[in-house]
Amino acid sequence: MKIALKAEHVSIRYITGDFKDIGLKEYIVRRIQGKYKVTEFWADRDISFTLYRGDMLGMIGANGAGKSTLLKAVSGIMVPTRGKMRINGTIAALLELGSGFDGDLTVRENTYLRGAMLGYTREFMNEQYEHIIRFAELEDFQERPFKQLSSGMQSRLAFSIACLVSPDIIILDEVLSVGDGAFRRKSGDKMREILASGVTGILVTHSVEQVRELCNKVLWLDKGRQVVFSDNVNGVCDAYENFLRTGEISLPQSP
Amino acid sequence: MKLSETIKKHRFLFEELTARDFKQKYKRTVLGMGWSLVYPLLTLLIQKLVFTRFFGDMTPHYTIYLFAGNVVFSYFREATLGGMQALLANAHIFSKVNVPKYIFVLTKNVSALINFGITTAVFFLFVFIDGVPFSWSFFSVLIAMVCLMIFNLGMGMILSALQVFFRDIAYLYDVFLTLLMYLSAIFYTVEMFPEDVQRLFLLNPVYCYIKFFRVAVIDGVFPPTEVTGLCVLYAALSIAVGAFIYKKKNHQFLYYV
Repeated sequence: MKIALKAEHVSIRYITGDFKDIGLKEYIVRRIQGKYKVTEFWADRDISFTLYRGDMLGMIGANGAGKSTLLKAVSGIMVPTRGKMRINGTIAALLELGSGFDGDLTVRENTYLRGAMLGYTREFMNEQYEHIIRFAELEDFQERPFKQLSSGMQSRLAFSIACLVSPDIIILDEVLSVGDGAFRRKSGDKMREILASGVTGILVTHSVEQVRELCNKVLWLDKGRQVVFSDNVNGVCDAYENFLRTGEISLPQSP
Repeated sequence: MKLSETIKKHRFLFEELTARDFKQKYKRTVLGMGWSLVYPLLTLLIQKLVFTRFFGDMTPHYTIYLFAGNVVFSYFREATLGGMQALLANAHIFSKVNVPKYIFVLTKNVSALINFGITTAVFFLFVFIDGVPFSWSFFSVLIAMVCLMIFNLGMGMILSALQVFFRDIAYLYDVFLTLLMYLSAIFYTVEMFPEDVQRLFLLNPVYCYIKFFRVAVIDGVFPPTEVTGLCVLYAALSIAVGAFIYKKKNHQFLYYV
């Protein structure tokens, strides 16, 4: 089988501190006084896993476990501070879908802009535009400024644009919980359809049920450390649910 | 090869971002675009009214002399102020999607470049009206225009990177721009100063571009190699430093936004 994605001892360091707010003048003053400090923070430490073509990885862990940072390294937005991330094929990352739209542009303009960001061509967007709008059920709002849309409508549009992708690797960050009940069912079906087409995927979700249903591998992160990477999805999910209740990590025996 | 592929791949994004920048900047108003053309003309008019008394007599074609300074300086000002915003204003995009970041500096420069083109056309209309005799050296202005464009792109990259790291750079740069304007001999002539001091003016890139314009148009001769060389050198230096910073800090911008 062909390797689609391989993370080898990936560690990612964030730097935080008050440097964001101080500006140049204050920076120079603090440098002279020797009071300038940056805090280093390891968002991910020594993560290793391998995905083969067609694998579906569920990534679980509490808030702050380092999931989003790891996804940024997979999608190339960040580079690992240590270790290597090997990727074969194109990647579509659907990170935090709702953000990145411009409130003053119309729905139509935003659709094209988002399409451009995701790497589509203008011809492709011309072909798909009607389809996107119909799927998002926004036919009557095409020339409205984006900010006038309800938040449900906004995420519906985001999802509809995003799910046109046909990449080799797809990253889904909390995208299966968009919109109201009816649309959620529709979007869930659409996602399953995409996943069934044989792409390699990474799914980040707080819903353990979705991981059980959709994934054949699971990666559990806790405070930036890799608890386990396994293909025993149900076993790990049980252990994770137990951890959420009791706060204790007890891994299942290898099957 | 690789560059042309990148351009092809990101052309759609470039066009859409440019369209967005235009809509944001001018808010879909007709006057919005016109206003940014009126601004340099208005500046020109006021400087003409105020400074002709002091410097007009000793400078031939003083209107053109002023206009050359204003064309170059307005473009520099607009392009770098716009370019400076490139990263911070698009942080919500590059922290979510993997796109080449210099594309934001490019799009921010488009409207300034268009204004520059139109103002330059108006400038040559004035040259014609003011009765400056035609010379083939007029065409050499294109060299300065291309160099200035590259210089501004590079400065935009440097400033936008600085702004990510130090938020107060916008205020400092505003002060710097005012100082630079007075140092660029826009409304006075450097001949008022001793020879040694005159040469110091060449350390100011913006002055070099203005000087190129004036020599090529008002004097009607091809600018000396020294000035041309400096125009090219400053452009190369600025874009090299800008590109170096972007390459080096490409993945660190994220921490600061």
